[in-house]
Amino acid sequence: MEDAIVLSYAISGEDFTRAGEASSDVKKKLKQMGVSPEAVRKVAIAMYEGEINMVIHANGGEITVTITPEEICMVLDDVGPGIPDVDLAMQAGYSTAPDEIRSLGFGAGMGLPNMKKYTDSMEIDTRIGEGTKITMVVKI
Amino acid sequence: MTVKELMDRNLAEVVSAGEDPDREITKVFCCDLLSIAMGRAPAGCAWVTVMANMNTLAVASLADAACIILAEGARLDENAAEKAKTQGIAVLASEQPVFDLALAIYELLKKEKQEKEGMV
Repeated sequence: MEDAIVLSYAISGEDFTRAGEASSDVKKKLKQMGVSPEAVRKVAIAMYEGEINMVIHANGGEITVTITPEEICMVLDDVGPGIPDVDLAMQAGYSTAPDEIRSLGFGAGMGLPNMKKYTDSMEIDTRIGEGTKITMVVKI
Repeated sequence: MTVKELMDRNLAEVVSAGEDPDREITKVFCCDLLSIAMGRAPAGCAWVTVMANMNTLAVASLADAACIILAEGARLDENAAEKAKTQGIAVLASEQPVFDLALAIYELLKKEKQEKEGMV
């Protein structure tokens, strides 16, 4: 695609306090490109939730963001344990996050529902023991 | 009311002035669960919370809050305070309870709205 801009990020699974740096960078770049504040906010929230999930559950992974004049596509790819029951994970309030994550204010089981809420489409491709790939699109 | 105008009220101590002092505060939002705040905090809100860590800053920035007000004596540690400054995130802090702070800001916003409507 001629007009596409592609941004790639390696997400470290070790440092929870750094979770969000990739999302912040995307937010900054989208703002500089003049993307509408509402679309920027949607992308920032959805991607941050995904980024945090990768850190908590999958020991990091890779995020690729493709920006075209029509839409922003985020692909979050990890080699984590996979999601055994996607329908259950999509339910608001369901969480398998450990206590130390909960004590920081996360793990309320809102991550995946938030990602769906703030994107125009979301697909989850997950395999137990192999990893999870989530593709989200926000239309501009 | 802008972030700077809120800071000038001396309601709370200024920890980090933020990159956009002229940002208009739209609403008050109270929540300590970052997972909920992420999805529900309105853009441009003054976010009152006792959750003071690095992730609070990330959530405020990504959810596009106008400023964070730490209540009940909650304080960012040195690293987080530094990060708020370098990232340009507006942070205030107070010993007051969440409700009292939120109410005070709400009253200021309400008064401003009434004054504007009175002028029309």
